[in-house]
Amino acid sequence: MEKKPAKHILVPNHTKLSDSEAKQLLEKNNLRREHLPRIFISDPAIKDLDPESGDIIKIERRSPTAGVAHFYRVVSRA
Amino acid sequence: MANILPKKIQESMDKQMDAAKLSDSKRKKVSERVFEKYFGMKVHPGECVGIISAESIGEPGTQMTLNTFHFAGVAEMNVTVGLPRLIEILDGRKEISTPTMEIYLIAPYNSGKDIKKIANEIKEVKMKELISEISINIANSSLDVVLDAETLAELEINAKYIVKVLEKRLHGSFKCDTDGEKVITIKLGDKAKDLKQLYRLKESLKAVYVRGVKGISQVLPIKKGEEFIIVTAGSNLKMVLKKEYVDQVRTTTNDIFQIEEVFGIEAARSAIINEAYKVIQEQGLNVDIRHLMLVADTMCVNGKVKGITRYGIIREKTSVLARASFETPLRHIFNAAKQGEEDVLNSVVENVMINQPVPIGTGLPGLITKVK
Repeated sequence: MEKKPAKHILVPNHTKLSDSEAKQLLEKNNLRREHLPRIFISDPAIKDLDPESGDIIKIERRSPTAGVAHFYRVVSRA
Repeated sequence: MANILPKKIQESMDKQMDAAKLSDSKRKKVSERVFEKYFGMKVHPGECVGIISAESIGEPGTQMTLNTFHFAGVAEMNVTVGLPRLIEILDGRKEISTPTMEIYLIAPYNSGKDIKKIANEIKEVKMKELISEISINIANSSLDVVLDAETLAELEINAKYIVKVLEKRLHGSFKCDTDGEKVITIKLGDKAKDLKQLYRLKESLKAVYVRGVKGISQVLPIKKGEEFIIVTAGSNLKMVLKKEYVDQVRTTTNDIFQIEEVFGIEAARSAIINEAYKVIQEQGLNVDIRHLMLVADTMCVNGKVKGITRYGIIREKTSVLARASFETPLRHIFNAAKQGEEDVLNSVVENVMINQPVPIGTGLPGLITKVK
């Protein structure tokens, strides 16, 4: 098995939300998908998640003020 | 409401409460009070955070200008600092004036034993640096290149290697040979007959790439803490990371677009914050990092780094008047008129312009009451 390369310090954790999680997030914050910031489908950080246009990516940022801050981006095609 | 505190506050609060050995009931009380304070400190909905950030970064920026030139030059290499650098970062310039990298090495290589050798391997070497003399021999219709023995020894390159490289780079239209030491003779190949080609080659030869990572023009091994790292002038993150002795985790560059390309938009956002904060700290100024985080978030909101220029994030604004208020107002208004654009006056600037209440602070009653 090939060893997965370690992540760079600048790259936070990216995870893909499941459909139900995504729905919950949008309902809770009274949002639509187009309100969210975008991330390109070709972004190197989400290459392994095999994303599709419209997926919501949860990003766990290391924040100097809050410790951990969660951020969401919606996958967009180019 | 659930009393959820940010991780950092929660952790430091827990630590202090553990140290004070508080009982459970007191712990609960402390938590409540801390949460109350925290909640009161939160930025209110409708607060104009952008203006506050702009002022908070702008005011120290006026003090920075004077300091700029005195501190140029860090660790023997010239690096842009101060206001010019800050402008470069926030404008999202593709070509930065002094790209540099900090290359960290993995375990056996970072002890500093062969650091010179590794550094030289990364440095881009062109023929120009290796040649001490170059002349055209018309009798033989050949080009005699005398190599600089000192540089060769320093970089550990031998003439045979150069011959190999040259034959590859010149696509076989010339024949290269060496006496094994320091003279290379280049003869016209079978295909090429014209002597003029030799003259042309004499010039173009200097630019031929020999070895190393393209774009890295200078290398400087320095000691940082326990280990040795390589600081470079010039940056090529993608290629440097391909070297097996380079630390994939910590190696960075100050070129935000290279970071975006290799690590993605989130890494670029962190890089913008780090770089901008570094500039401000170097100048001995104090700007809250939240302001820079807001700027970085805005620059990265569309999945691509965009500068705060009329070609970058300003272009994304939907309101014509807002765009016109930034730069080149006439052009924006003319174009909007031509295309029949509509302005729904949703945001701040356009409402200021036509003397209407702006949707910030108390201008947003819709947040707590129903407005018609």
